[in-house]
Amino acid sequence: MTTPSAPGTATLTRDPGGARLVLAGDWTLPHYERLQQRATELAGSIDATTAVDTAGLGAMDTSGAFVVAELLGSARTQALAQDETLPPARRALLKTVGDAIDTYCKGIKRPRDAGFVVMLERIGKAMSGFWKQTLKLLGFIGITLQGFGATVWRPARWRVTSLVSHIEQTSLDAVPILALLSFMVGCVVAFLGSTALASYGASLFTVDLVGIAFLREFGVLLTAILLAGRTASAFTAQIGSMKAREEIDAIRTLGLDPIELLVLPRVLALLIGLPLLTFIAMVAGIVGGGVVCFVVLKISPAMFLNMFQADIGITHFLVGIAKAPVFAFMIAVIGCMEGFKVSGSAQSVGEHTTSAVVQSIFVVILLDALAALFYMEMDW
Amino acid sequence: MNAQVAPTPSRETVIEVRGLTNRFGTQTVHENLDLDVYRGEIIGIVGGSGTGKSVLLRTIIGLVRPVAGEVRVFGEDLLALPAERRSQVERRFGVLFQSGALFSSLTVAENIALPLVEHAHLPRVDATRLAGVKLALAGLPVDAGRKYPSQLSGGMIKRAALARALALDPEILFLDEPTAGLDPISAAAFDSLLVTLRNALGLTVFLVTHDLDTLYSTCDRVAVLSQRRVLAAAPIDEVAQTDDAWVQAYFNGPRGRAATRAAHPGRE
Repeated sequence: MTTPSAPGTATLTRDPGGARLVLAGDWTLPHYERLQQRATELAGSIDATTAVDTAGLGAMDTSGAFVVAELLGSARTQALAQDETLPPARRALLKTVGDAIDTYCKGIKRPRDAGFVVMLERIGKAMSGFWKQTLKLLGFIGITLQGFGATVWRPARWRVTSLVSHIEQTSLDAVPILALLSFMVGCVVAFLGSTALASYGASLFTVDLVGIAFLREFGVLLTAILLAGRTASAFTAQIGSMKAREEIDAIRTLGLDPIELLVLPRVLALLIGLPLLTFIAMVAGIVGGGVVCFVVLKISPAMFLNMFQADIGITHFLVGIAKAPVFAFMIAVIGCMEGFKVSGSAQSVGEHTTSAVVQSIFVVILLDALAALFYMEMDW
Repeated sequence: MNAQVAPTPSRETVIEVRGLTNRFGTQTVHENLDLDVYRGEIIGIVGGSGTGKSVLLRTIIGLVRPVAGEVRVFGEDLLALPAERRSQVERRFGVLFQSGALFSSLTVAENIALPLVEHAHLPRVDATRLAGVKLALAGLPVDAGRKYPSQLSGGMIKRAALARALALDPEILFLDEPTAGLDPISAAAFDSLLVTLRNALGLTVFLVTHDLDTLYSTCDRVAVLSQRRVLAAAPIDEVAQTDDAWVQAYFNGPRGRAATRAAHPGRE
């Protein structure tokens, strides 16, 4: 093993009395590659009449025995394992490896090369996976709505403590980061507006730009994307690690409903929290825009508010905030569903957490685009 | 005992524990503990819960640094060796952890091939073929190699972990409760597999277990951990005679008697 020694050799000699295969040296793991190569070269020229000479054989481990067994075939290996001239330990090794190969190893093949067919196979798998995923999502939405319908009439079954705790974790704790983020994006939008509109002499309309952008799109979109990253992943990790440790199964066997216990409080928490956060994001963004207008364009806060009131109708706000509950529902449902899909391992928790974030951001942006089209057609 | 499975072990010491003390906070687990393990034997470590069986195993393989005392594996003090030498010694033993500790992101075959690729520097294709042999040695069908650990049953995980422990043809095999959580049939199969492998590969086996049947059917010697040291280390029938309340309760309780009857039919 670690002692340096003569590498194993296999030589085929042709005496008048018949062919002899002479095995010598160490047949161990460090020499495995060379031995394997030699075995492939010799494979064709060994038949049932070839005598085997093992007198010069040094150390042998399972990998060496495997090569011998492959070289000689199973019947000859078993015969060699009966050979009284070999030490008993070596015979036992050959027999064990020979048996193992006989019983189980018939199916070992070198792996198929990657290529065009494999690529097609993967595309196909991805497509069918996407389809199944969509069906699962729709199914899960159905289960959640059903669970909601079943409990909403029975206040005794409302999980108020859990709901409040989730509102705190997902929404209240997110306020500082969200406000800061929106404030900064508001500043950026105002800067952008003031430079772009200045060439038309219309930099005053930066106020409208910031207002409309935040009320209609940025407020709700920033909030939803932030919560998709922050909350969907948390939901998946929480529920996923419960699933991995069979806690979900325990909930079921105790006669409780995991949807009611775990999913509904989370979905409702986001349904309540996300619109509130959206409002905060809108305000913070507009304040950010106002600060830039004051500093760069010398528009005083009073004038800013005047213009805001005169130009921007309530419709913009309603249109924006109306999207918040939809996004909230989708983010929470995707986060919870991915959690339920976790299987066993830590790896799986990680994979599904990533998947939850990617999916919820994708769904949020997709729905937002659809909503924009719809509002445009409706002239809202 | 068990003359049919135990070719008289030579007295070459492969593991030597001297004056070992392990302490966690204020709790002393081992105090001045001595133990020798000889080449080619299967030694069973028994003891009540919390007597530090697993800690002893982890100390010997160098995962726990003892407060005092000395542990020599193949005559080398693992914790004093430079990293390169230590890794060389570590390649000479295989460890089966209590819950398998298979890497969950790799398939079973990749788990077994990993040490072959990393340490023996085999090409991946050859490593995978050899992994198949190890799987077969551990009694798993070859298609189990393509599965992930989370898709295996408890017994299969133990066998797959054993196959990984055997990957580099170790000289010493450390097993932490290998039959815990297995059904009696799987456990018995595991026991006989262990003896077969020991005889075929000339392994030394360090076995932490609670399973009396395993002790009777596989072990050449049994070491009892109690009162922070090794109370007795001898063939099982001698150990069972030790005058100690715990030993008596363990070996002569209802389960102990049943295991004795199974091991020596017609006695008692």
